[in-house]
Amino acid sequence: MGSELMFFFETVISGVMAGVMYALVALGFVLIFKASGIFNFAQGVMCLFAALALYDFMAPGGWIDRLFGITLPVWLAIVATIGVMIVVAWLIERLVLQHLVQQDPIILFMATLGLAYVLEGLGDILFGSDVKPLDLGIPQGASDWALDTLGLYVEKLEVVAAITGAVLVTVLAIFFQRTRIGRALRAVADDHQAALSVGISLRTIWVIVWSVSGIVALVAGIMWGSKSGVQFSLSLIALKALPVLILGGFTSVPGAIVGGLIIGVGEKLAEVYFGPYVGGAIENWFAYMLALAFLLFRPQGLFGERIIERV
Amino acid sequence: MFYREAGQFKSSYNADQAILPIAQDRVFVIGVLAVAFAGVPWFIDSYWVNAIFLPFLAYALAALGLNLLTGYCGQVSLGTGGFMAVGAFATFKLITAFPELNLIIVVLLSGAVTAAVGVMFGLPSLRIKGFYLAVATLAAQFFLVWLFNKVGWFLNYSPTGQITMPSVEVFGVLVTGPRATPAARYLFCLSFVALFALAAKNIVRGRVGRSWMAIRDMDIAAELIGIRPLAAKLSAFAVSSFYIGMAGSLYFGVWLGSAEPIEAFGIEQSFLVLFMIIIGGLGSVLGSFLGAAFMTLMPIVLKNFMVDGLAVEVVTAKHVEITLMGVLIIFFLIVEPHGLARMWQILKEKLRLWPFPY
Amino acid sequence: MMFKRLTGALIGATLALPAVVSTASAYELVMPSLDYRTGPYAPNGIPFANGYHDYLMMLNERDGGIEGVKVKLVQCETAYNTKQGVECYEKTKDTPPSRALVYQPLSTGITYQIIPKASVDKIPVHSMGYGRTSAANGKVFDWIFNFPATYWDQAAVLVKYIGEKEGGLDKLKGKKIALVYHNSAYGKEPIRTLEKAAEKFGFELMLLAVDHPGQEQKATWLQIRRERPDWVLMWGWGVMNQVAIKEAASIRYPMDHFIGVWWSGSENDVLPAGESAHGYLSGAFHAPGDNFPAHDDIKKHVYDKGKAQGERDRIGEVLYNRGLIAAVYASEAIRNAMKIHNTKEVTPEMVRDGYENLDLTEARLKELGLPGFTIPVKITCANHAGPRKVALQQWDAKAKKWSFVTDFYDTMNDIVDPLIEEDSSQYAKENKIKPRDC
Repeated sequence: MGSELMFFFETVISGVMAGVMYALVALGFVLIFKASGIFNFAQGVMCLFAALALYDFMAPGGWIDRLFGITLPVWLAIVATIGVMIVVAWLIERLVLQHLVQQDPIILFMATLGLAYVLEGLGDILFGSDVKPLDLGIPQGASDWALDTLGLYVEKLEVVAAITGAVLVTVLAIFFQRTRIGRALRAVADDHQAALSVGISLRTIWVIVWSVSGIVALVAGIMWGSKSGVQFSLSLIALKALPVLILGGFTSVPGAIVGGLIIGVGEKLAEVYFGPYVGGAIENWFAYMLALAFLLFRPQGLFGERIIERV
Repeated sequence: MFYREAGQFKSSYNADQAILPIAQDRVFVIGVLAVAFAGVPWFIDSYWVNAIFLPFLAYALAALGLNLLTGYCGQVSLGTGGFMAVGAFATFKLITAFPELNLIIVVLLSGAVTAAVGVMFGLPSLRIKGFYLAVATLAAQFFLVWLFNKVGWFLNYSPTGQITMPSVEVFGVLVTGPRATPAARYLFCLSFVALFALAAKNIVRGRVGRSWMAIRDMDIAAELIGIRPLAAKLSAFAVSSFYIGMAGSLYFGVWLGSAEPIEAFGIEQSFLVLFMIIIGGLGSVLGSFLGAAFMTLMPIVLKNFMVDGLAVEVVTAKHVEITLMGVLIIFFLIVEPHGLARMWQILKEKLRLWPFPY
Repeated sequence: MMFKRLTGALIGATLALPAVVSTASAYELVMPSLDYRTGPYAPNGIPFANGYHDYLMMLNERDGGIEGVKVKLVQCETAYNTKQGVECYEKTKDTPPSRALVYQPLSTGITYQIIPKASVDKIPVHSMGYGRTSAANGKVFDWIFNFPATYWDQAAVLVKYIGEKEGGLDKLKGKKIALVYHNSAYGKEPIRTLEKAAEKFGFELMLLAVDHPGQEQKATWLQIRRERPDWVLMWGWGVMNQVAIKEAASIRYPMDHFIGVWWSGSENDVLPAGESAHGYLSGAFHAPGDNFPAHDDIKKHVYDKGKAQGERDRIGEVLYNRGLIAAVYASEAIRNAMKIHNTKEVTPEMVRDGYENLDLTEARLKELGLPGFTIPVKITCANHAGPRKVALQQWDAKAKKWSFVTDFYDTMNDIVDPLIEEDSSQYAKENKIKPRDC
């Protein structure tokens, strides 16, 4: 009985960890949706692109190596990748968003699909499509201590991811609540017109918010990339973030984390305890069903802003 | 100048309410249909039918269906792939259980089965809206595909995990299977698409279509003027799923001939069809066709142009093709956010005024 | 709709182009290659495509082609996508002058698309160790070849290997074997065979499906951790393999009790897991490594002349060698067809005969510069799956090398043969095919 209970804990813990990993991806969606009402289909590809760039800057035979004959150490490569993501954000604003101000959300959604195609194609052209093992010195494998003394299986990488996720959310929350730019961001999110009229530059805000979500994409890319190697499939993790998003609400940063945890724990418990009876691999649809069930009670998501309709 | 309706008078209500009140439009549509029915079958070969016409027709029908739901009724759905799977599996089960049943009836029945499933998954739309609904329909997508993959009965317990369409004759002509002639397969699909495009055009002009559009524009206001959201939304789901189910049936039965649930009806399908209607034009029958043409043919055109025309290496061509596809989508959206159908309208407007712009 | 016609015209123009350019030249052997160098499975598609390309290019450069007739390799990108594969098939099948001589469809979905078409278009298909298993029955599937072994044979061989390690097949009783599989038609292939074997030998089979793409497998491996199966088999593909191997290492599952199918046993799959993948096993039907004379010829005639598509240091990877052996089989079948029909201008129909009478002996392999690279293959009219033998290879994480650890095992005919017979006769019935007499 004791081991059954232990196993239950293990399942919950791995659900929590997986949930944090999903939340990392979902965060990027939330940021952009909050500030501009755009559902960014390209978020998954941005994770891939950031991870590809990061790997490339550190690898012999990468662009930095070819151009300057050196490879960057980890921290410099991360800084350089952040730089790349800021440039990408700036270009996106310049070339795409600027021309689509005031369009329907679904049109902007479609534009981000175009972006996803472009980034995917460019990623392949610039960095190649092989599997790239990403090793930043993040501890990997099961925690020996937990396994030996407690008999509990905890993945080290995911503990790091969980801590990173927590730090990231705290920093973002402070950024949104306490800084000038954060306040401007919230103003833009509430009302584009009003924000413009008090002198907030919409375009600067958009560049900032896309940069920040580019950085979040990098973090998610690092975590998922360390797990499976950097490759095209990385861009598909966005699908894992969708139920998290609806559950937590598109506009809430804490919602992404809480939603991630609920989805993570829920789908693991379902797969482990319910899956074997119906043939397994139910995680995917179960996550959506769970989100759907929540939505029926709160149509705007757990932490989403209430939708008020007027005639 | 080229496109002027001056001098065309309408002397009856019927003429006033015609689908295409302008003579040039009538001539044009009849011309396209004549070419499609009488011209194309003469030169069509297996490349054209398998790589170009059948995908275009199957996707056009699916896009038409989704456009009824999303473009006209305002309910964003990402369950298209799952609903196409329902249509395909219904076809497979029906045709293997009743081999003597006419394929036309099988396709219609598959649509009906899908409509029932669609209504069931449309129920949450009464409470959930916008992107939230879109992601909620993903539940349908993932669940349906999982179900078809997992339950052996749907696959007729085939150990290969694939469903395969038997060769079926319609009125003595083979239309499915490897031995069917390209022209027969093409005409079979074309007839369905043409007929149901006409039906769609009429549905959206009628009472039902107008109630959908009222719901789309503002559902509370629509409710106040006496439209029942339940009936309007669910009928939109039913009709849309009926179309999508038939599309799935043609997609599997006539075009591919064999399919595996996860790959053929995955989430990519749902997104692809949604993209078709956005790029083609939401709330436009013509837009569904233009969008389907853009998303299915453009990659092939780009690829063939680069590989055969410019002799670019195959893999590079593919990468450039993906990138260019993205650039083109963004470009068209910036030039005309309301889709290709709207562009076509503007073009007609220009033609009408030319050479005097004002 | 006008748009449609416009694009139609454009495609027409671009399609017509190559036909105009390449007239008048000498006879060439058209060999299409359905590559997938993009998309989620690109990391596996690239080395395979390179191996196929490099071997045929080497023949062109060294011998002026096959028996002096140049090979015209027509590449077409499928991205491992069935629909794009169909487009590629339709586009390349009638390439002049010889028409496509043989297809390597390279994905389960594309194989199933091409199987019915190929017999109508009269083009042989070689789905080498994948695709439809019952195509082994040449009486029903005239145009399809799937030698040297099928998934079902492989499942049987893996059970055999486990039995051997446990000290005899009778010791399997009461053991627990888990199958972690890609939740698709491909992944479900071995289930029937394993179920039959479980029935016969009395072991317990545990089935664990992983959905595409398979980046998140926590639940699967938690179940393995709880149930502690004695052996874990894996039918995985793409990113699923890398994650599974890492997860297995994390729960400290002994790697030498973890065996992958031959699509789960390449450098790509084990490298991201680093040291922890040491000892992982997988099925194989050809040797890894680049220490064969044929590889030296490839380096000399292809890479030194700058005609390669891949990187030099990746020659000899498992999937590269798989592409290479596919090219060897194809070129030998063509050579065989030339001999049988006594002409150098072979057609796809003749190449089918070449495949059907293929007899690739150890001596011939040695002549080709591949001594001991794989087992001899002899195809007959009734048997399109050839020897149906499988060996196991093991990963050495320190040396970063795969190497054979067993000999080739025979399949379990008593289990697999009835299954093949059953499935192929059902196919024959459904498609109204009258099996040939042979």
